[in-house]
Amino acid sequence: MQTENHLIRKPSLEKLFNYLIGNGKTIYAPKAKGKLVFFDNVTDFGEVTEDYIVTTNSAKSVVFPRTEKVFSYKKSKESTEIIDAADNTYPDVVLWGSRPCDAAAFIPLNNTFNEDYPDIIFNKRSQKVLVLSFSCSYSDDYCFCTSVNGGPGNTTGSDILFTRLSTGDYLAEVITEKGKLLVTENNSLFEPKPEESKEQNLALIKAYFNQEEIQTKLQNLFENPVWDEKSRACLGCGSCAYVCPVCSCFDIQDEAHGHKGTRLRCWDSCGFGLFTLHTSGHNPRETQGARWRQRILHKFLYMPNKTKVAGCVGCGRCSRSCPADINILDTVTSL
Amino acid sequence: MSNPNIYIPYLMRIEKITLEAPGVKTFRLKFENEQEADEFTFKAGQFGEYSIVGVGESTFCIASSPTRKGYIECTFRQTGKVTNALASAEEGDVIGFRGPYGNTFPMDEWKGKNLLFIAGGIALPPMRCVIWNALDLRENFKDITIVYGARTVADLVYKDELAEWRTRSDVRLVTTVDPGGETPDWKGEVGFVPSVLEKAAPSSENTIAIVCGPPIMIKFTFPVLEKLGFKEENIYTTLENRMKCGFGKCGRCNVGEVYVCKDGPVFSYEALKLLPAEY
Repeated sequence: MQTENHLIRKPSLEKLFNYLIGNGKTIYAPKAKGKLVFFDNVTDFGEVTEDYIVTTNSAKSVVFPRTEKVFSYKKSKESTEIIDAADNTYPDVVLWGSRPCDAAAFIPLNNTFNEDYPDIIFNKRSQKVLVLSFSCSYSDDYCFCTSVNGGPGNTTGSDILFTRLSTGDYLAEVITEKGKLLVTENNSLFEPKPEESKEQNLALIKAYFNQEEIQTKLQNLFENPVWDEKSRACLGCGSCAYVCPVCSCFDIQDEAHGHKGTRLRCWDSCGFGLFTLHTSGHNPRETQGARWRQRILHKFLYMPNKTKVAGCVGCGRCSRSCPADINILDTVTSL
Repeated sequence: MSNPNIYIPYLMRIEKITLEAPGVKTFRLKFENEQEADEFTFKAGQFGEYSIVGVGESTFCIASSPTRKGYIECTFRQTGKVTNALASAEEGDVIGFRGPYGNTFPMDEWKGKNLLFIAGGIALPPMRCVIWNALDLRENFKDITIVYGARTVADLVYKDELAEWRTRSDVRLVTTVDPGGETPDWKGEVGFVPSVLEKAAPSSENTIAIVCGPPIMIKFTFPVLEKLGFKEENIYTTLENRMKCGFGKCGRCNVGEVYVCKDGPVFSYEALKLLPAEY
């Protein structure tokens, strides 16, 4: 659909939030915990903070939770019964306060979970998520969305994008039918579009590199000292993958309680040494350098070659969270 | 797969267990659900995820031939948590199976050709599927040669089938064990697979070579095949990368732009050379 623009005043935002709560939606929004801000389940508008560049964790868990039950079972000597988790009803979720980078990440996530073998649990969750994003009016040195075809006011992946104007009110860009439905249901809160332009209210984020150029360069950089050099400090902790909004590698683990239990799909990371270790002891990616290379090549070469969409949205979370201060931007710009 | 939830396994009853070698067992599995049994098809080279619910899943090839209907077989060595749990299962028990996954050996393209199978140790099972498939359609192929080696005589798997292949006039079987692995009555070769292959010197003329074994064996076998005159496009192998999902999502078996589970596990040496050496 064609984007529709409206004005929504600050007090009306709270009314919109309360409308969603009143309709039984589960809302995930930025919430302060000490000095950090996390996406968390929020029931009161007062809990929502506006003071963040991006949250510490990404928003991927609304469609790809840290652990997802794929089935449960009951077992006896005579029989095994499998109870399909996909028959569950998944919650109506509103992601409130996602940044354009968070919203953009749903595109590559969706690509991965639907390539050849559609993941019905992922899809059932996705269908029930309404993405209400807020443009970035400021950024930090870790942000680089403009280098990976994104931007502080990018609408990709959002249902509605709000941009804060100089008056304190918001421009609401309604991008999808899902977003339009919410506007229709709350018609009185949305006013005719404002005069003030969106662009002047957006953060200025430097373009450090061009994704397509990096993609071309990486074709011939498999054997290169840069991988070992840039990953020497890596602890192999996997934080980068856990906070990444696009990383979707997973493990499958069983949890048994007597004769009952569940099979779970759990977050994993290509940064872990065990990730590729064969039973024989052979490990195709033996060094942390090889694992760092895999992370970069997968995001900036393999994924865009295959789907035209890179596996990085430039949110900078991996660099902010790295205990060894390894910076993805530093690696990519040094190529 | 019939269930729209790709993580749900078929339930399979263990019909027969064969002890192949110390710590190595073969399971013959039958579908619990008849409709699933009727709908299920696979081709040589494909694999599955075998599981004990409550313990976990493990990846092995389907070791039986698609020409043998009504069941599938897998052969595995007890090494970790899941294979140990599987090994303690008994005939009549129910286990989980997801599959078939992956690509297949292009057996239709091999019609009218000689087939040379080279396997080491526990890597005979993926090859056994192809061998029986070829033997069951014997008229489609010319000479069939099998070179198989293991560390010791005890470690050779499918001993009854090796005995059968040895007596068949339409199969040339060369078995070998590593030096020191022979017994006093051992009548086969003593030596590593690559050197025994070189000595056996099968003709590369109109021949497809299928190699499966530990990485070190594969590494030394490819040069021998090239020396014997085999072209890269006529050499096939099947990769054994660690896997979890089997359908190209969990990320573990990603090598360059391919997922071994989905784009493989079968690769020609020609295709393999285009991949980074991360297998």
